[in-house]
Amino acid sequence: MRDYILKTEGLTKHYGGVHALQDVNFALKKGEHVAIMGDNGAGKSTFVRQLTGVERPTRGSFIFDGQEARFNSPIEAREAGIETVFQNLALADDLDVSSNLFLGREKILLNLGPFSILDFKGMRQATEAALKRTAVKIPNLSNTIRNMSGGQRQCVAIARTATFASKLIIMDEPTAALGVRETHQVENIIRQLKANDEPLILISHNMRQVFDLVDRIVVFRRGRIVANLKKNETSGEEVVAYITGAKDASESVIPA
Amino acid sequence: MDHSEQLGEEAVVSALRRLWFPELNVLVALFVIVATFEILGRIFIGDSFLFNTRADLDTLFNNQRLEIIILQVSIVGIIAIGVTQVIITGGIDLSSGSVVGATAMIAMSFAQVSSVNGNPNPTTVFHDPHWLDLPVLVPVIIALCCGMIAGLINGSLVAYTGIPPFIATLGMMVSARGISKWITKGKPISFPTESYISIGSGMMPVFIFISLAILFHLIMTYTRYGKHSYAIGSNVEAARVSGIRVESHKILVYTIAALLAAIAALVLSSKNLTAQSGMGVMYELDAIAMAVIGGVSLSGGRGSIIGTVLGALIFGVIISGFTFMRLDAYYQEMVKGVIIVGAVVLDQWRQRSRSRRA
Repeated sequence: MRDYILKTEGLTKHYGGVHALQDVNFALKKGEHVAIMGDNGAGKSTFVRQLTGVERPTRGSFIFDGQEARFNSPIEAREAGIETVFQNLALADDLDVSSNLFLGREKILLNLGPFSILDFKGMRQATEAALKRTAVKIPNLSNTIRNMSGGQRQCVAIARTATFASKLIIMDEPTAALGVRETHQVENIIRQLKANDEPLILISHNMRQVFDLVDRIVVFRRGRIVANLKKNETSGEEVVAYITGAKDASESVIPA
Repeated sequence: MDHSEQLGEEAVVSALRRLWFPELNVLVALFVIVATFEILGRIFIGDSFLFNTRADLDTLFNNQRLEIIILQVSIVGIIAIGVTQVIITGGIDLSSGSVVGATAMIAMSFAQVSSVNGNPNPTTVFHDPHWLDLPVLVPVIIALCCGMIAGLINGSLVAYTGIPPFIATLGMMVSARGISKWITKGKPISFPTESYISIGSGMMPVFIFISLAILFHLIMTYTRYGKHSYAIGSNVEAARVSGIRVESHKILVYTIAALLAAIAALVLSSKNLTAQSGMGVMYELDAIAMAVIGGVSLSGGRGSIIGTVLGALIFGVIISGFTFMRLDAYYQEMVKGVIIVGAVVLDQWRQRSRSRRA
C-alpha cells in the first residue's frame, strides 16, 4: 500500500444510461510511468476526469497519496498534488504565459477577496524557473498564447505542471496536435520527469511513443480495464488486439 | 537584402507590435475623426470644430464643445464600463438601459421634497411626509440595492440556467422597463431634494465617469477579478478546469454591471431633475457600441476599460460633430448603426488575421 501513489477501487461513472466507466481498479506505483490506451470512447478521458475533480464518480473510490480522495473541484485535486495536461490544452488564448501558468491560483500581493492584487513579479520569476526546469524555451513570456505555435502552447501547458510541487502528473494526449520536432521536445520533458522519479499517467494513441516512454500499459475498452501489461513482456500487436477487442483477458467485457 | 538585415527588420516589426497596444488604434481613430470634422467644418461651415474662434475668449480650444462632448457620453459611459466587463467574460448585457429606467424611478421616489415654492409637491409617490425630504443617502442606497438585485438575477440566470446571456438579459430588459412604468402608471417623478440634485449637477457626471473608469481599469488590470474575467472570456473550459469558480464569477460581473447602471440612473435623474419611465431607452446599445468601438471583442477575452473610454469619446465626437455640421439627429442614428457594424467587422478581420498568423 505504501508504494502506491494512486489506487482506484470500483470507479464507475454513468452519464444517464451511458456507462462510461465500469468498476475500474487501477493502481500506480510511486515513480512509475503508465500509459492508458484505448479506442475513442473507451473511457480514458472519463477516467481522468474522475481523478482530477472535473467530475465526481457515480460509484467507487480512490486512494491518492495514502488518503481516501474525494475532490469536489479541479482546484482541490491540484491542491492535493494532481496536475493535468488536458487534451484541449486548457489554456486561455488571450492571456500571457505566466497568467496561464498561474490560472486559478495566482500569487497574491494583497488579499482583497475577489479583488486581490496580483503579484506579477513573483509569478514571472516562478514562470522562468519552471520553464528552465522543464527545459522549455519560450522567446517572449509576455506574448499571449494566441500568438504561439502548437508546440509552444503544449510546452506551456506542461510547464504548468512543473510550476507546482506535484505528486502525480496526468497527460491526456499531449502530442496529438504536434509536429515531429515539437513531439520530440514533449517526450524529452516526459523522460526528464521519469529521471526525477515523478509518477505519470500518459494517455496516448501513439504506440511508438508509449513503448518508448512508459513502464506499463493499461488498455481500456468500453469503460473497463481489459489489459494490464508490462512494457517488456508485451508487443504492439498484443496491445492493438486488446484495444480492438480481438483479444480479451478480463473477467467480463460484456457491456452492461 | 542579406539575411541579417532581414532578421533585424523582423525584430523591429515585432518590437513595434509589442509597443503598439490595441488601444492605440482607437486613439488614432479618434484623432482621425476629430480631424475630419475640423476639415469639413472649415470647408463647409467656415468654423473650427476643435479650436476656439471667438475673439472674446482667450482659449486655444473650444472648451465649451469639449465639455459637451464628454458630458453627453459620461452617463452612458458609466454603463459602458460595466458592459465592457460583461463582454470581456464572453457575455452581453441588454438590460442596462431598462435598469437605469427602473432604478431612476425607484430612487427618485425616495428623493422628493415635500413642498415646492410653498405649495405641496404635486408629483409625490409617497403621500406620508415621513417618506419626503429624506437624506440623499436613502435614495443612493436604494438605487444600489435595485442594481444589485437586477444584477444578481441576470448573473444567476446566465450562470445556472445555461440560457444565453442575450436571452437572460433581454428578459430583464423587458421586465425592468415594465417596473419603471408600473410604479407611477407612467407619470414622471419630479422635484428632488437639493442634495440629490448635486449628484449630477455641472461636471459631476464627468467626474464620476472618469473616477469609475480609473477604478475599474485598475481592477481589470491588477486584480484576480480582472484576470479571471479575461480567462473566462478567452476559454471558459480552461478557466473551469483551472479551478476558477466560473458561476460565481459571472454573477459578480453581472452584478457590478447592474450596479454601474444604477449609478448612471442616479446621475441621470439628478441631472434631469426628474425621472421618467422611458429613461435610458437604448442606452444598453449605445454602451455596447462604445465598448465595441473601443476594441472590446464581442467573442470575449479581449478589450479594456481604456479602450471603452476612448470608444465613448469617439461616440461623443461623432454626435457633437453632426450637430456642429448642422445635420439632423436622424443622420446621427443612421451613422451610429454603420459605425457599430463597422467596428464588429473590423474586430472579425483582426481576429482572422491573428489566427492566420498563429
